[in-house]
Amino acid sequence: MAGVPLALQPVRSVGRSVLDMLQTAGRVALFAVRGVRAMLSPPWFFGQLGRQLMSVGYFSLPVVGLTAVFTGAALALNIYTGGGRFNAEQIMPQIVALGITRELGPVLAALMLAGRVSAAMAAEIGAMRATEQIDALNTLSTDPMRYLIAPRLLATVIVMPLLVVVADIIGIAGGWVVATRTLDFNGAVYVKNTWDFLQSWDVESGLIKAAVFGFLVALMGCYHGYNASGGARGVGRATTHAVVSAAILIFAADYLLTSAFTHR
Amino acid sequence: MSAATPKLEWRNIRKAFDGKVVLGGLDLSVAPGRSLVIIGGSGQGKSVTIKIAAGLMGADAGRMLVDGQDLSALPPKARRAALAQMGMLFQGGALFDSLTVWENVAFRLINADKVPRKAAKARAIEALERVRLGAPVADLYPSELSGGMQKRVALARAVAANPQVIFFDEPTTGLDPITSRAINALIQEQVKGLGCTAVTITHDLDSARAVGDEIAMLNDGVIVWRGPAADVDRSGNPYVEQFVSGAAEGPIRPAI
Repeated sequence: MAGVPLALQPVRSVGRSVLDMLQTAGRVALFAVRGVRAMLSPPWFFGQLGRQLMSVGYFSLPVVGLTAVFTGAALALNIYTGGGRFNAEQIMPQIVALGITRELGPVLAALMLAGRVSAAMAAEIGAMRATEQIDALNTLSTDPMRYLIAPRLLATVIVMPLLVVVADIIGIAGGWVVATRTLDFNGAVYVKNTWDFLQSWDVESGLIKAAVFGFLVALMGCYHGYNASGGARGVGRATTHAVVSAAILIFAADYLLTSAFTHR
Repeated sequence: MSAATPKLEWRNIRKAFDGKVVLGGLDLSVAPGRSLVIIGGSGQGKSVTIKIAAGLMGADAGRMLVDGQDLSALPPKARRAALAQMGMLFQGGALFDSLTVWENVAFRLINADKVPRKAAKARAIEALERVRLGAPVADLYPSELSGGMQKRVALARAVAANPQVIFFDEPTTGLDPITSRAINALIQEQVKGLGCTAVTITHDLDSARAVGDEIAMLNDGVIVWRGPAADVDRSGNPYVEQFVSGAAEGPIRPAI
């Protein structure tokens, strides 16, 4: 820190951190643009896309389903307790449905995918970087952005809304089970109240969120894996960064999208 | 391209990482059909030299010429075409562990050249036979092979598309002396068979003598000696003499 007065050193540190953050944001944005261009223009690697659809979609169903059912059940109990404070227990089905479709379904499914998929992508691509497999792709006249990154981005964007549809149904079902088994709600009335109350936009807005979150989950996994360096330690670091940054971006995007949808 | 035009030419190439200069104005060329071996200690910039030539890394300054054309000045399509004539054998093999052996060898044929899978498999097995492996290993995964066999598969992959230039990155590292000799013999055979230009980087002087027409020594990011492979033991150059003898004392600083 030669040449910088002691009193100004904290300012320098803050400034450097801000510049580093901006630089990283720029790199991520450029990577995202390259990824989207590769997604939208040929050649496409359909075999890779199929593998990713299975890996991201089908194999994530159990974890997303379990998360949704327990969240729906817990949400039902909490809303019942809260509603009871002003004799409004009967609105529980509607609030569960709204909470699941607009917020908890997409956010929790995305967080689960951040843990499962983003980490796996960062680890796999990072290991490929460490073992020069990405360089090998280049020497075999194959663009890694098209072969590795685009199929992962596209598969996650396609699959996330489908997973959220499943999460919505299972989450609401979780609330229904608790309501009918422990809170003496009538099952048919619960379903009718939910169905009558829900508007199509409640579900659609959740699915839009899901697609955006899916893109962010895959983007963070791919970006950190692709730029991993430093062998096994670097791959570990990339995996951690992928999960943490995906989770933060999901929450930030959730607020921005919710805000945009609220003022629509 | 005239007969005198080198196939590859590094012209005043400079490259630094985090302020540490790795290549400090590298000038080097390889004539078409010749096999050049670059020797040098660890961290002297050998890998960076071939990665720049193979388009895997950009130089900070200087020009990388392929057939007399500056790679960085070529339009994207022409650059891709220039790089498509190259193959590379990576130090660790860099085989794709999720693909079978034949899919690795045929990777470029299937994914870039759009050869139908059946025809690509036949060509892959042919390439595997050229490295003394053949059909019995075609459907195995790389993890089921020994280190020497993985190197052979990687060599088969590098030559499967009949490249005009092949880079060999430490081809015998981690192999026993007998397997190393077998790999050296295969490299010689493939390079001569294809009539291609080869650039090999290695610490292994036996390998350098076996596969090179010429040897160049890289130290501190510049070429300090170049000559016929047969002259490496009587170069009269203090860097080469120290490298050949393995003496701790001399102009080369140990990388520890």
